[in-house]
Amino acid sequence: MLEIKNIYKSFGDLEVLKGVNLTVNKGDVIAILGPSGSGKTTLLRCINFLERADSGTMVFDNDTYDMHSATSKQIAAIRKRTGFVFQNYNLFANKTALGNVTEGLIVARKMKKAQAEEIGKKALDKVGLSDRYDYYPSQLSGGQQQRVAIARAVAANPEVILFDEPTSALDPELIGEVLSVMRDLASEGMTMLVVTHEINFARNVSNQVIFMENGVIVEQNDSKTFFENPREERVKTFIQNISRE
Amino acid sequence: MSARIIEILINSFWDLLLAGIKVTIPLTVISFSIGLVIALFTALVQTAKIPVLKSLARFYVWIIRGTPMMVQLFVVYFGLPSIGILLPAFTSAVLVFSLSVGAYCSETVRAALESVPYGQIEAGYCVGMNYWQIMFRIIIPQALRTAFPPLSNSLIGLVKDTSLAYNVAIVEIMATAQRIASRTYDYFWLYIEAAFIYLIFCTVLQWLQRHFEAKLETKR
Repeated sequence: MLEIKNIYKSFGDLEVLKGVNLTVNKGDVIAILGPSGSGKTTLLRCINFLERADSGTMVFDNDTYDMHSATSKQIAAIRKRTGFVFQNYNLFANKTALGNVTEGLIVARKMKKAQAEEIGKKALDKVGLSDRYDYYPSQLSGGQQQRVAIARAVAANPEVILFDEPTSALDPELIGEVLSVMRDLASEGMTMLVVTHEINFARNVSNQVIFMENGVIVEQNDSKTFFENPREERVKTFIQNISRE
Repeated sequence: MSARIIEILINSFWDLLLAGIKVTIPLTVISFSIGLVIALFTALVQTAKIPVLKSLARFYVWIIRGTPMMVQLFVVYFGLPSIGILLPAFTSAVLVFSLSVGAYCSETVRAALESVPYGQIEAGYCVGMNYWQIMFRIIIPQALRTAFPPLSNSLIGLVKDTSLAYNVAIVEIMATAQRIASRTYDYFWLYIEAAFIYLIFCTVLQWLQRHFEAKLETKR
């Protein structure tokens, strides 16, 4: 469904992505693991053109895009087919929970307000916030805000949702509610690309795991093999380190 | 204070108040409204980094902030006629005050725009909105809330700055006080009374500011 070929990205002298290739099939839940600074987040941001890659190709179904020189029209088309969930939620502070979810539908997709609200309420119900439609982000906990952000991404009916460390800014007690929403999405067959430090999510929910370091993919494997019988030495060390906790 | 002075003060009070209502307030409201539009435009072209317009905006802010308003007023009212541009006094004052408000407030608005976390712009892109949709629907409403107290400051400042219009023969509060005083020679008391009228106007504005700030606060 989505294929990324040979993507490169530098910030000044710092090479962050050094030729990453990635294939995403419909229904895949891919966890991207790796130490800080390995390029996980940058990879995700390049896929949604929040960062402009230096070079690389994206094939989305039958459409091919140059990741460096895509036009703003092409970018808009790609963004219509993807959702993005940020580490810091990035909710619109001047909109209610429902307003956050419907804003893109009404403004970008020119949907009627009533229809957008119906979809928006459904999306909020789905993430367990049916009693919080009219709350502003400042009145919600971190976990609730992140669930609104997920509802915002889901409401646009994307083909794939990109999650950038969705639980990293949360209190330990609130991580569970966000992960359980993501687990539900995965079980409904949503295609998801999740940059995360949540090993249990990678182990139990995702079907594929990618390990990145220094701007390259060290290993990509199905999650069972990744955790039980990894190919690369670096991944074996990683799994030893995390199981020592 | 003699009975005569009290009588003069009471008689002149309505003249001064009327001058304030008929001249100072319209001058302030018109200039501030135009100034705010200029400020928003000037701030936006800088935040959006629009080439040429951005440099023009910086140049405009530089000139206005770097020269006295009194000099600007004299250039427009007494200077421009010598190159064939004759503007009525009131128009000249509105022009100068609007440009001044525009320049100072553009910096306020620019800072407020930049204070909204950039992540919300990215989130807007991700739900398919374009830059100007994000600006007008998400960023500007939040920025104006942040900018409200300093903009109120500028408004209150402008009420008092309109007294400069006295110099181009606009009969506002100050000029009215001056005229009465030159007849009765009670300069001290009439200037005090003029100050009192300004104080009333500014007190009302400060009260309104607090009222609306509280309202904005409950709305977030």
